[in-house]
Amino acid sequence: MAQIPGIGLVKGLWSTLKALFKKPVTIMWPDEKELITPRARGVIALDIENCTSCMLCSRECPDWCIYIEAHKVEMEPSKPGGRVRTKNILDRFDIDYGLCMYCGICVEVCPFDALYWSPDYEYSEYKISNLLHDKERLTDWLATVPDPPALEKS
Amino acid sequence: MIVAAVPFALWLAIKAVVVLGAMLGVALVLIYAELKWSAHIQSRVGPWYVGGRWGWAHPLAEAVKFLQKEDLVPDAADDKVFRLAPYVMIAGTFATFVVIPIGPSVVARNLDPGIFYLLAISSLSTLGILMAGWSSGNKYSLIGGVRAGAQLIAYELPLVLALVAVAIQAGTLSLSGIVSAQAQTLFTVGSVDISLPFVLSGQIIGFMVFLIASLAELNRTPFDLPLAESELTMGYLTEYSGLRFTMFFLGEYAGMVSMAAVISTVYLGGYWMPGLSENILDWAGPFILLAKIFFVLFLYIWFRWTWPRVREDQLQSLAWKWLIPLTLFNIVATATLKVVF
Amino acid sequence: MTQLDKRGLVEVSDGGVSIELKGETMTLNIGPQHPSTHGVLRLVAEVDGERIAKLEPAIGYMHRGKEKLAEARTYAQITALINRIDWVSGFANEVAFIRAVEKLMGVEPTPRAQMIRLILTELTRISNHLVFASSYPLELGAATPLMWAFREREHIMDVIESLTGGRFHPNFNRVGGVKPAAGGGKTQKKVSLDLPSGFYAAVENAMDRAVVACDELDQLVTGNEIVQARAKGVGIISYDDAVAYGISGPNARASGVNFDLRTQEDDLLPYAGLDFDVITRDSGDSFDRYLVRILEIRESIKIVRQAIGSVPSGPLQAKVPRVLKVPPGTVYVRAENPKGEMGYYIVSQGGRMPYRVKIRSASFSNISILSKVAVGQLIPDLVATMGSLDFVLGDVDR
Repeated sequence: MAQIPGIGLVKGLWSTLKALFKKPVTIMWPDEKELITPRARGVIALDIENCTSCMLCSRECPDWCIYIEAHKVEMEPSKPGGRVRTKNILDRFDIDYGLCMYCGICVEVCPFDALYWSPDYEYSEYKISNLLHDKERLTDWLATVPDPPALEKS
Repeated sequence: MIVAAVPFALWLAIKAVVVLGAMLGVALVLIYAELKWSAHIQSRVGPWYVGGRWGWAHPLAEAVKFLQKEDLVPDAADDKVFRLAPYVMIAGTFATFVVIPIGPSVVARNLDPGIFYLLAISSLSTLGILMAGWSSGNKYSLIGGVRAGAQLIAYELPLVLALVAVAIQAGTLSLSGIVSAQAQTLFTVGSVDISLPFVLSGQIIGFMVFLIASLAELNRTPFDLPLAESELTMGYLTEYSGLRFTMFFLGEYAGMVSMAAVISTVYLGGYWMPGLSENILDWAGPFILLAKIFFVLFLYIWFRWTWPRVREDQLQSLAWKWLIPLTLFNIVATATLKVVF
Repeated sequence: MTQLDKRGLVEVSDGGVSIELKGETMTLNIGPQHPSTHGVLRLVAEVDGERIAKLEPAIGYMHRGKEKLAEARTYAQITALINRIDWVSGFANEVAFIRAVEKLMGVEPTPRAQMIRLILTELTRISNHLVFASSYPLELGAATPLMWAFREREHIMDVIESLTGGRFHPNFNRVGGVKPAAGGGKTQKKVSLDLPSGFYAAVENAMDRAVVACDELDQLVTGNEIVQARAKGVGIISYDDAVAYGISGPNARASGVNFDLRTQEDDLLPYAGLDFDVITRDSGDSFDRYLVRILEIRESIKIVRQAIGSVPSGPLQAKVPRVLKVPPGTVYVRAENPKGEMGYYIVSQGGRMPYRVKIRSASFSNISILSKVAVGQLIPDLVATMGSLDFVLGDVDR
């Protein structure tokens, strides 16, 4: 590799010297923030109207970090004389982000599009118990869900 | 100057305080320079927030942080030696500043055997490191301390021999004398007297050898095996915390400054710059010397962040098989040229 | 190499410089918390001065029980878990597992999905080798290459994130292909997870940056005399040892074993249509292991550039039922993880969960050679050898 003994060392010095005069690549958070891709898995948002508490997400989660409680409510039949319809009202829908693996299985298996990914990542807490997001907080995250990106033309 | 009016003891105290203060100040600036330069080499920013702008107060914050840490002495440690080791190391480093000339008549003490004193007293820091490694009561520290001792002893010889050649060329051992010898004109071009620092007038081999040997004396990469962080978690410094660690830390950087000062004085011409008369040099001398010191410090930092570590036995063979024969050849060549010209 | 002298009393070593009397050895415990053991590896070493007389690795500090967990999880959940085995190369862990399940079910992945899998696998291979190539000089003492390589690696991570949503743990493989949409349900609001716009340009840019990283590393590290002096002739693994101890991946290829599962198992991913070389070297020392990986980065860059020019169009996933029930059977599929050969042996008795999953991880076999190769080395040499084997403890302990 080296013809003259020591030339490798000198070349290394030269490359370090060049790097000294280039601009650093640091992004100075919190003054500057980098652009996150829309598909990044930051936090899960809940759309309560779509959720029918079918419990699929809670069952499929590898860590079982989703806690769902719901009760049934009877509603009037759609036509007079029809059968009584029931509807599930969500009492509790918590996701424990201390356990969550960010794998996305819950978002994927939900048949009713009630869960969405949002790339927001700045929700650290001082107490671990505050990492349990209840359904109000999960609904707030819905505002940060971005539009899906355009697809590549083949 | 005002020497006669002030008693000797007071003058001594003032000199001691000035030397200590200047050294600490330069060491702190050096710490900041290393953090910033190494950061930019690595495409990072380095200290930014401390002190409001560019992070200039970072070394001060680090010093305060270290001072308020808990001071631990391990159970298995040899108590007295453990406590004494950092101070021995730092005393050896501080004492070298006494002889460095900052201006034509500004020097803390112009000793006649200047170089001799310098080399003798800087070996005291080796003793401090060995004491630290032995007394920590920790296998890793022992290995680190013994490695350091072997390395420092091996590299003392090229250091001394390189300076012997300088002494031959200058004709004197005193550092102020060496600077004046570099100020003398070598030859004239037209009507301009040219005088060259020793690095350009025949001591280039000595300069290279001294640079490498001083890197080894300071335990800096590529010779920082005693402090090999990725292998022995801080080597002989593992058990130190709080004030004592600060002493070691500052001692390392002060040692860098002192070696850089020695190189600047002996090889690069010290406080002297061509074309300036003695009066200007009295107050401009310190700045010129500082600029040369920072050039050498830049070389140290540049080498550290580019090259990996050299292994123990390769380090020893480099010293004994390569550097010492080179310096002996350098001495012979210098003496021959001095006699001939 | 040490040998006894004629009287049998003194060990004379090869350099001729050191003559050591046989004395007592000191037991030195390297790890589990140690900056250069790539994780929580504990090495119980008996050292004589600085030479190692005996070395015994003690593993298990990172055991997370993946194989036991797999007995109580469905296949989709297991896919999310096994991303974390070799956490530096996230996507490559899933490929063999999903192929094994596909073989049991008799499902063929779609061509588009196969090519996307190949692109992602090669991207993680580049990313993994960049991590290695920059942390190896860090163990030898140079801190700068680490920052430079990670700077270029960010581009690759961004590309993977823009497609799958995760940087290290993409969780993108599904039986029959890759994840087609963010959900699979009755409503029409599903978001397709096909290649986002700008993907090809981003990949090209990331590859250009990776070439820059390779060149910088070459200039700073590969030609550096100190690195060569530290790594050449250190930790030599012979061809027979490599085969006998089950070493695979770039470690084996550096010892002359021409074994690359990308060219040998051709039903795994479509490497057959692409043009690349398998890099081998002869001497099996640490420097060759480093060199093989640096050259493999360049080969992978070539592969990715060819692959993105030839991605077939079509669906992302074959038709599989919503609730996966795998028919009974056993299968073993292995793939070329960036660290070596990674294999999954699945025993299924019907049902949604497997009966047994056995994971053959690359690093577990790779570090088995440490106790043989480390005898007689100095401690800094041990660090150089360990670094060149490129293992992570998640891969060793699972």
